[in-house]
Amino acid sequence: MNAQTTTLQARTSYLDQLESESIHIMREVVAETEKPVMLYSIGKDSAVLLHLAMKAFYPGRPPFPILHVDTTWKFREMIEFRDQRAKDLGLDLIVHINQGGVKRGIGPITHGSELHTDVMKTQGLRQALDHYGFDAAIGGARRDEDKSRAKERIFSFRNAHHRWDPKRQRPEPWRLFNAEKRKGESIRVFPLSNWTELDVWLYILRENIPVVPLYFAKPRPVVSRGGTMIMVDDDRLPLEPGEVPEIRNVRFRTLGCYPLTGAIDSTATSLEDIVRETLDSRFSERRDRVIDKDGAASMERKKQEGYF
Amino acid sequence: MTLLVNDPEATARDAVLYEHEHKSLLRFIACGSVDHGKSSLLGRLLFDAGLVPDDQIETLRKDTGQLTGPEDTLDFSLLFDGLAAEREQKITIDLAYRFFATRKRKFIVADAPGHEQYTRNMATGASTAELALLLINAQSGLTQQTRRHALIAATLGVRHLVVAINKMDIIGYSKAGFAAIERDFRDFAERLGDVELTFIPVSAKKGDNVVHRSRAMDWYRGPTLLEKLETVDATPRASETPFRMAVQWVSRPTAEFRGYCGLIAGGDVVPGLEIVVQPSGQRTRIKEIITANGVLSHAGIGQSVTLTLTEDVDASRGDIIAEASAPAIVSDRFDARIFWMGQGTLAPGGRYHIKLGTAKAAARIAGPIKLIDLADDAALKPAESLLSNEFGLCTLELDRPLAADPYDDNRDTGSFILIDAETLDTVAMGLIEGATAPASSKAIAGKIEERTHLFGTPRKRRSFAKAVIWRTTGSVATFAIAYYITGNAHLAASITAAEITVKFALYYFHERAWALVPWGRR
Repeated sequence: MNAQTTTLQARTSYLDQLESESIHIMREVVAETEKPVMLYSIGKDSAVLLHLAMKAFYPGRPPFPILHVDTTWKFREMIEFRDQRAKDLGLDLIVHINQGGVKRGIGPITHGSELHTDVMKTQGLRQALDHYGFDAAIGGARRDEDKSRAKERIFSFRNAHHRWDPKRQRPEPWRLFNAEKRKGESIRVFPLSNWTELDVWLYILRENIPVVPLYFAKPRPVVSRGGTMIMVDDDRLPLEPGEVPEIRNVRFRTLGCYPLTGAIDSTATSLEDIVRETLDSRFSERRDRVIDKDGAASMERKKQEGYF
Repeated sequence: MTLLVNDPEATARDAVLYEHEHKSLLRFIACGSVDHGKSSLLGRLLFDAGLVPDDQIETLRKDTGQLTGPEDTLDFSLLFDGLAAEREQKITIDLAYRFFATRKRKFIVADAPGHEQYTRNMATGASTAELALLLINAQSGLTQQTRRHALIAATLGVRHLVVAINKMDIIGYSKAGFAAIERDFRDFAERLGDVELTFIPVSAKKGDNVVHRSRAMDWYRGPTLLEKLETVDATPRASETPFRMAVQWVSRPTAEFRGYCGLIAGGDVVPGLEIVVQPSGQRTRIKEIITANGVLSHAGIGQSVTLTLTEDVDASRGDIIAEASAPAIVSDRFDARIFWMGQGTLAPGGRYHIKLGTAKAAARIAGPIKLIDLADDAALKPAESLLSNEFGLCTLELDRPLAADPYDDNRDTGSFILIDAETLDTVAMGLIEGATAPASSKAIAGKIEERTHLFGTPRKRRSFAKAVIWRTTGSVATFAIAYYITGNAHLAASITAAEITVKFALYYFHERAWALVPWGRR
């Protein structure tokens, strides 16, 4: 195959188009803001985001640090994976934990998913951004994840209290992003806005991007809670009297705090299997996320309060 | 679901990727108000294509109050309810983006609200779309609002208009009813310039001609809506224009390396290409095209790359790297079409920040302003100012020269936004028409004055093209006849030459004269 053909094919592939657009967005952030940071939540979207950042600034390094807001309830395999990636890529990784929340003993089991997410995730993120003085945070949210996200801009502004005002969003025609901040404002930027779950997996497959092993099916100990399969990742998950964890062949479609993330029965052990399963799935992605069920339009409310 | 790769023997990775790597991307905008059934049509499209997840169908059945029963009792519009704030407070209906993919394509749909006060959302969605899906209710026919949407889409460079005439089931699948609306639209569309028109009779409720061919309308031989979306040419217009790239960021990882990062906004680039850095005008050549995938021998529109140059020229963010043989316009005065989205009005003397490509400058509205009246087929009318959601034509004065192209040539290097200096909000979308002739504001004022219509009536270019083709055909015939009669090639050629010159001019004026005569038009 000659070079011409290769180029023409590359040009018609929509994954290349998505990649180029995301790189363009990241470069705009770096050019237009003073102290950007990339939020890293260890999941598949973050894996893609990180990969794109490495590409966007090649042959240089991404000119921003990577921030993980650790709720202390992540799967153990996620934390191992995070540290390994940081080491392999030589990342400038900042891990922030809301120590106030830890002192109060906040957790999803004792305090419920809503309070836990608010204190450890939302407030944790706000603390970290304020502490380091980041004026822009690049995140891996996609518009296809949730109805409220379908209407969020790529450059999404937060006021000094990190609140999102859906009524005051700036139009984003063409590729012209207005990154001018009013006093105290910061920006969340979502370069993966136009990607879908399937796009993310296809891209991971094509680019051979490492992901947390929890995405692949394997026999794991789970208990069923209200129709959701929760993995017993450590001894902090209290078992009901007579409840015995069952070993099932499961994997995860999305990853969060382990007591809040439902597993799915699966035999997908490779990226190809995952793509096929995603194509074949008759259910939407976040169906197994407990926190999204905290009442109607819960994501929208969390976002207004400063959740990613 | 039909998207699954069926061949179990194929090597997993390649088979999975092959299927998707060859998909193209189409961005389109769907316009129409709720009563025309836009949400229902999009919902039906996804449902019939097998793209609505089961849990959402279940929710839909619950919401519709139809746990069982045939599909046409489902209200597909409920698949797309938006922000809670919108539902509860009935505030501004916002633009939403939806995504779906079939075997052939990935689609990004800008789902735009129809009402006039939300036109800014529609304009934003149309700015990146290659196709506009316009909905017409078969019962009510072509409305003012549909004309407005078509005018905005065409102004913003959308090349393909697909007119879906919905609720065909209610008018008894009448061919005559469909034909009447198509005729009305085609008459009006003379105004729209170079756009491709497609008319499809559909019923979102019953699913006719959305994904599946209608049995009730065997008189219709065109594509279904999905077929049209899957096959329309999605290549950006600027792929055939000269090379352009706005410098986003200068990469300096080491003291020796200096790379210019950007997304290619037009044409192609190869190493060795002679380029000019604009607005400064320094010339040099492309040394290498660098990406994380390696050094490329060629790159084209839409690709994010890093370019190195053979000489150390002074280029920075905001500059345009352009093909030296066909550079962009450099000026500090531009004529532009402005779509005003601000709270107040846009008036002569107004000062704003402008973001044009990656460049920023201060801009002043130098006037005069002409309103592009969307309620009157985009007729140009003198105006004191522009109100929110109005299109107009005016002159911009910048505090420094910038490089740009006419919007009709290149959507990326020809577009800008205006930013309010106090609120920092994006208050206008702008489309470059061209540079204002230097030091002769009167001339351009005159130029704007002269025009009475945004798109021309019909286009002079079109008359010219028709004249050329007609003349070529005629002249070949003249030569053949003259040669047959005289038997002298020289004489025949002389006759033909004289005839070409005289009749060319005659035909052109004849066409222009007829363009002014309303008699005999439908």
